[in-house]
Amino acid sequence: MGERLPLRSRPTPTVHSRSSGDQLKSPPFAYVAPTSVEEALTLLAEHGDEAKLLAGGQSLVPLLALRLASPSALIDLSGVPELDYVRRENDHIAIGAMTRERAVERSEVVREFVPLLSVAMPLIGHLAIRNRGTVGGSAAHADPSAEIPAVAIACDAEVVVRSSARGERTITSDDFFQGFFSTALEPDEALIELRFPVVGPGTGVAFEEATRRHGDFAMVGAAAAVRTEGAHIVEARIVVIGVSDKPVRRREAEQALAGAEPTRAAFEEAAALAADSLTPPSDLHGTSTYRRHLVRVLVRRALESAVQHSQEGG
Amino acid sequence: MSETVDILLTVNGTQRSANVEPRKTLADVLRDDLELTGTHVGCEHGVCGACTVLIDGEAARSCLTFAVQVRGSEIVTIEGLAEDGEMNPLQQAMQASHGFQCGFCTPGFLMQITALMNENPKPSEPEIREALSGNVCRCTGYQSIVAGVLRATGQSPISDSTHQE
Repeated sequence: MGERLPLRSRPTPTVHSRSSGDQLKSPPFAYVAPTSVEEALTLLAEHGDEAKLLAGGQSLVPLLALRLASPSALIDLSGVPELDYVRRENDHIAIGAMTRERAVERSEVVREFVPLLSVAMPLIGHLAIRNRGTVGGSAAHADPSAEIPAVAIACDAEVVVRSSARGERTITSDDFFQGFFSTALEPDEALIELRFPVVGPGTGVAFEEATRRHGDFAMVGAAAAVRTEGAHIVEARIVVIGVSDKPVRRREAEQALAGAEPTRAAFEEAAALAADSLTPPSDLHGTSTYRRHLVRVLVRRALESAVQHSQEGG
Repeated sequence: MSETVDILLTVNGTQRSANVEPRKTLADVLRDDLELTGTHVGCEHGVCGACTVLIDGEAARSCLTFAVQVRGSEIVTIEGLAEDGEMNPLQQAMQASHGFQCGFCTPGFLMQITALMNENPKPSEPEIREALSGNVCRCTGYQSIVAGVLRATGQSPISDSTHQE
């Protein structure tokens, strides 16, 4: 040991190949690739709660790479095209769970009928992430700082889930998103579809975020949808992210705006109401006080820009 | 080890097959199985953009995609840009604008730019910066990269660039 070997007799260095053993980032898992929803649900029921559904993988693969998750099996939905759609059905827009975020970002139907979802899309990660990431994947992952859950809660969207044993059920967004990475999905259930109500005429929307770098998860974000008629606000919806274990509606602030004129003073009062009762967590990226300050600033900006948007014709 | 899966991909126009563990990312398969080491892996959890390739024409992180997920897809990597051994116009423009220094991030940038140019042949500077916001470069300060994209798309380089023409 420690003795320097003559060059010629040195052992051949092992080429760093990651084709074997534990040199790969992800822990091993069993892999199945169903070709229909029915087959996926049967597999999910068989594999139990140690299995995970793999949608676009933009949240799950990093969790595996960092070994924060080690599911026994992955059920890959890449081969289930029946979950990839955006369509209008009566008074709502139905979006299949495997619809890519980029497809939603490009969708004219979404832009017209669920404008808040449309403006939220460019805030999700980066282009290359949105090309693979799916609407259902983001919702089922339930990151408390993610945009899709915030928009779902702001819009009173419904979540359709299905299991092979009990069939389909529909859950309100408020009940679906339960907390940090936690949803109402049972281990044998898959998220099938999100249903966003079609917005009324005269609705303006905005999604404001404060991030440390472009494309990062927001320290704090504020989504607003404001419907005006003539010189008055008929209805306002405000949701804030980055302050709790799930996106939070700010109903007191919403009520203060109903019937009010869209003035700077009204927006400031609503923003203060939205911020004052919150006790956001402190972490490396910002103290509780700073986050509360951001809520106030971002809610005001979101309201101003939403009303401006509604006056430009929605 | 888990059970291996046979996959078939079209990479840079050529049909390739491999027998891989499902936990191998597309980046792993490109580099280790297909020996296309032009695709670089940086952070390996989706933050840096060095591993960006085109999957069916769209830019994607090859480190955040298991190869088994893209069976049957068309993949384009940095090795697919040169034509008959000659750098393509984008590569030439990047060279002329000093759009890289150490070169580690370059393959990811070039693939993201290729996707941008396919969708938008004359992107404005803000559009370029937005499209490249998910790619990290620790050398250039980005100015010369943006200048390279402007040059590649036949537009004059930014006036305050540190690399005046």
